[in-house]
Amino acid sequence: MARIAGVDLPKDKRVEIALTYIYGVGRSTAQEILEETAVNPDTRTHELSDEDLNKLRRVIENRYKVEGALRTEESMNIKRLMDIGCYRGIRHKKGLPVRGQRTRTNARTRKGPRKTVAGKKATKQKK
Amino acid sequence: MPRSVHKGPYVSDKLLQKVQEMNETGDRDVIRTWSRDSTITPEFVGNTVAVHNGHKFIPVYVTENMVGHKLGEFAPTRLFRGHGGRMATDRRAVL
Repeated sequence: MARIAGVDLPKDKRVEIALTYIYGVGRSTAQEILEETAVNPDTRTHELSDEDLNKLRRVIENRYKVEGALRTEESMNIKRLMDIGCYRGIRHKKGLPVRGQRTRTNARTRKGPRKTVAGKKATKQKK
Repeated sequence: MPRSVHKGPYVSDKLLQKVQEMNETGDRDVIRTWSRDSTITPEFVGNTVAVHNGHKFIPVYVTENMVGHKLGEFAPTRLFRGHGGRMATDRRAVL
């Protein structure tokens, strides 16, 4: 079982893909890491030698901000916006889109499931 | 697209002058401004700027965290009074 940066351990996948299971590592970061450690991206995770695994661990832990640390940083950034009371912070507080998207329709990712208002004209509603 | 770095941040000349004057004299007066597009630079920290929102001036006390934002970000131009509200929805639920 390969365990890097806390709780991540996919098994039968190529390392290039397996590394992306770490929060903060995507395809390009994974490729960068593999190039740096000179590990073949095509090896499967369970085939990795302990030595390679340690190399990967070292690079990820020293060079990249992943998992908890990255999440904290993100939430701190958002918290800063909310604390100074700027427009973006207000949008975060209200759970509305932050980057100027329309809210008359759509914006469901931020707003969550539709809250239907009783008494509104039914013809206006899609399905 | 972001503003070119070589131009530096945009701050209304008049506003910057007033702020610098205030910093020199140590006065703590509120500066009224319509210049919502001015970037907050480190000189502003500690001053209060009244930013126009199209209707009235919203007093903004500038803290260190705000540097790099624009003045207008702190004076919302829209007022949302809400839809329906509890009273309205309750009444409908009973009927």
